[in-house]
Amino acid sequence: MQARTFILITLVVAAAGFAATQIVSNDYVFFAGYTVLQFVVLATAWNILGGYCGYVNFGSAAFFALGAYSTVFFHKAFQMPIPLLIVVGGVVSGIIGLGMGYLTLRLRGSFFAIATLALAVVLQTLIVNWDYVGGSRGAYIIRPSALNVAGREIPYIEYLFLLMLLLAVLAIIAARTIERSRLGFGFATIRDDELAAEASGVPTLRLKLIATTISGALMGMAGAPFPYYIGYLQPQSAFALDYAVNSIAMPMIGGTASWIGPLIGAILLGTIQQVATVTISSAVNVLIVGVLLVLFVIIAPNGLVGMVQDLLRRRRA
Amino acid sequence: MTAPLLHIEQVGKRFGGFVALDGINLEVAPGERLGLIGPNGSGKSTLVNCICGTLHNETGSVTFDGRKMDGLPAHQRTVLGVARSFQLPRPFGSLSVAENLRVPLLYAVKARSGSHLSATELDERCVEYLRLVALDHKATRRPRDLTQVEMRKLELARALAAEPKLLIADESMAGLSHSEIEDILKLLLELNARGITIILIEHIMSAVMSFSQRLVVLVSGRKIADGNPAEVMRNPEVEKAYLG
Amino acid sequence: MDFPFELLINAVIAGVLLGGFYIAVTVGISIAFGMLDIVNIAHPAFIILGSYLAYIVNASFGLDPVLVGLLMLPVFFVLGAAVYQVYYLSFEKRGQEALRGLAFFFGILFITEVALVLVFGVDYRYVEAPYIGPAAHFGFIDLPYRMLIPCVLALAMFAALQLYLGRTYVGRAIMAVAQDQGALSLMAANPIRIKRIAFGISIATAALAGAFLIIIQPVEPSVGREYIGRVFAICVLGGLGSLPGTVIGALLLGIVESITATFYGPSWAPAVAFGFLLLTLAFRPAGILGR
Repeated sequence: MQARTFILITLVVAAAGFAATQIVSNDYVFFAGYTVLQFVVLATAWNILGGYCGYVNFGSAAFFALGAYSTVFFHKAFQMPIPLLIVVGGVVSGIIGLGMGYLTLRLRGSFFAIATLALAVVLQTLIVNWDYVGGSRGAYIIRPSALNVAGREIPYIEYLFLLMLLLAVLAIIAARTIERSRLGFGFATIRDDELAAEASGVPTLRLKLIATTISGALMGMAGAPFPYYIGYLQPQSAFALDYAVNSIAMPMIGGTASWIGPLIGAILLGTIQQVATVTISSAVNVLIVGVLLVLFVIIAPNGLVGMVQDLLRRRRA
Repeated sequence: MTAPLLHIEQVGKRFGGFVALDGINLEVAPGERLGLIGPNGSGKSTLVNCICGTLHNETGSVTFDGRKMDGLPAHQRTVLGVARSFQLPRPFGSLSVAENLRVPLLYAVKARSGSHLSATELDERCVEYLRLVALDHKATRRPRDLTQVEMRKLELARALAAEPKLLIADESMAGLSHSEIEDILKLLLELNARGITIILIEHIMSAVMSFSQRLVVLVSGRKIADGNPAEVMRNPEVEKAYLG
Repeated sequence: MDFPFELLINAVIAGVLLGGFYIAVTVGISIAFGMLDIVNIAHPAFIILGSYLAYIVNASFGLDPVLVGLLMLPVFFVLGAAVYQVYYLSFEKRGQEALRGLAFFFGILFITEVALVLVFGVDYRYVEAPYIGPAAHFGFIDLPYRMLIPCVLALAMFAALQLYLGRTYVGRAIMAVAQDQGALSLMAANPIRIKRIAFGISIATAALAGAFLIIIQPVEPSVGREYIGRVFAICVLGGLGSLPGTVIGALLLGIVESITATFYGPSWAPAVAFGFLLLTLAFRPAGILGR
């Protein structure tokens, strides 16, 4: 399928999804939908480094929180429209991703993974001790109740939902484009056998740095609107382990080989979690994600997409 | 006297307390067919790794085509024109056989020639290299579907696809039948006739003797012989290394 | 100006005692990661599990927590062996340990923490023992027994482990498998079985380490996460696979953390370990005594 066609289809699907929300006259749809879409971005971003290159990032929360806190910082310094804040969040997280990658990507994959964990804790400690952005007491961002667009009043949460929808579209298009490009080809060789990739002329360090930067930037962009969504930002919620587990579990359960896996994983798991939070409790829903992650990693390493592909292959044979 | 293509001067490498390479001096002339032999653990693979950049030598220098390569990462050396096959094949498992060959073409060759290589040209060269090792009928298969022998051929083909000036074939003939060895030898000779300098590392003595113009023997990290193959084999030190 | 020497000296001593305890926490990872190349980031989860078990038995039967730890050694050994078996069959055998193995252990870490929250809640739990509370005093130097005893016992455990690895057949086989798995199979010893025993030992140390932990400080489920960075920082700082290096790394980290907490406040302490880790990885990945 041509790139242009795919972009068109994605935008149409997104528009249809948005239109569907207009039918339901309940704002809860926007709140829940925002969370699911946020996970789509996080899962897709994680997969660019994790699934395509084979480098596990345990510190998704760090990049997400960086986006959120750069919003808090700039909101206090100068008022900026959210789309600009999203770009800023992406730039900040991207730069940190690049820097961290430069420090640790020359080592083995397992060292990189541990370093990402370390980064999350260091950043959290720094933020907790930084009073300008609220420190451990947290920061308030007053969310306006509505936005005036061309004379019509839109609930602010609907505006945030729309932004996250567009961000999800961007993330998916980016992932698919990378996957099919020479860059994605290089990523796959790094994942399969980094030593052989180097010997074949692939500049592995440069590619890994690109992956880390793009992945980090996207996660930062996902985090930038978060203070407006939640109203009161605390380090505990920004750096919550949930983000790390979900951004790993969703691609691994969905399937890491292509952009479809994280999308499916995010929508499926995100929806399950929304339902579980409301019906059972929020602690249990996060436990479910952890258990599913371990089960899938043992039993179905290629994820749901992989299982479907195997089924189709067996039907054909 | 033409300048050597590869010039290795006093190269040394240790792993902790273990000395893998001890002051190796070696020159390879352009277009030469060099055989490199030695007992297991003598440092042959370590030397190859130091030449290719997979490992970095602590002392001495490696100069290729007039250019000092010390400190250069492996992928840049491949772009400069050094390619190697791995002793234990390391194919890209999630790519097809043909795609495995596209990697060096897409990266090393393209980096070398700028943007003058079109997509169709790349595909044509892919097919050509596959045909050279008789793997074109398996172009769309995955490496896990190949036999051991075919994987070795893929390994060699992937090194070829980097279109090197210097090809280092690291034990590509292990486990092959007599006729298959003949096929590989014929291929290597043909490549050499086209101008590719070849270093052959092998334990199969008949192949090494018939192929090499010059023979180098490595024992315990040191070069103990370097010259005409027949003379080298008569060297008492070499005899001792293999028999004593 | 009056430089607070007394404060500094007490901080250093507290750091040494802390470092001794850190040895107990880290020696398991030194075996798993340093020797077996298994990135078990769930190790702190097993430690916390040990802490909670010590809490339950101590609260219900009044048993000394160290005793509970000792009793749990065989249980945790079996647990470790079972976990390794799953790890080996699912990942090591298929060569997928890089991505999937890591995700597996991360999942275990996460599940353990959330399960503990569901069962015990987020309140801090502590144990009761006659030596928790009193301290020895030498002039201005304070030696709280609740820190001294775990430190001494940790060193004893470390010494016992060193003896085991150096003197017994299985112990030396474990050292061998760390160096070269192929050579071991030539010796007609089954490397998988050896690794299983080694990993079992690694998790068994967590039982004791958990008991020590809850003696030193009250515990709640998320405490494990702080220890991930500490444990790997010590391992990497000391040099992977070097057990003596673990001692040096642990003491160093303990002292720096203690000084930081004393002079800059405890909220900066977590950053110390992780900062150490990042710096070491960036500039000297082989560690101080690394091979």
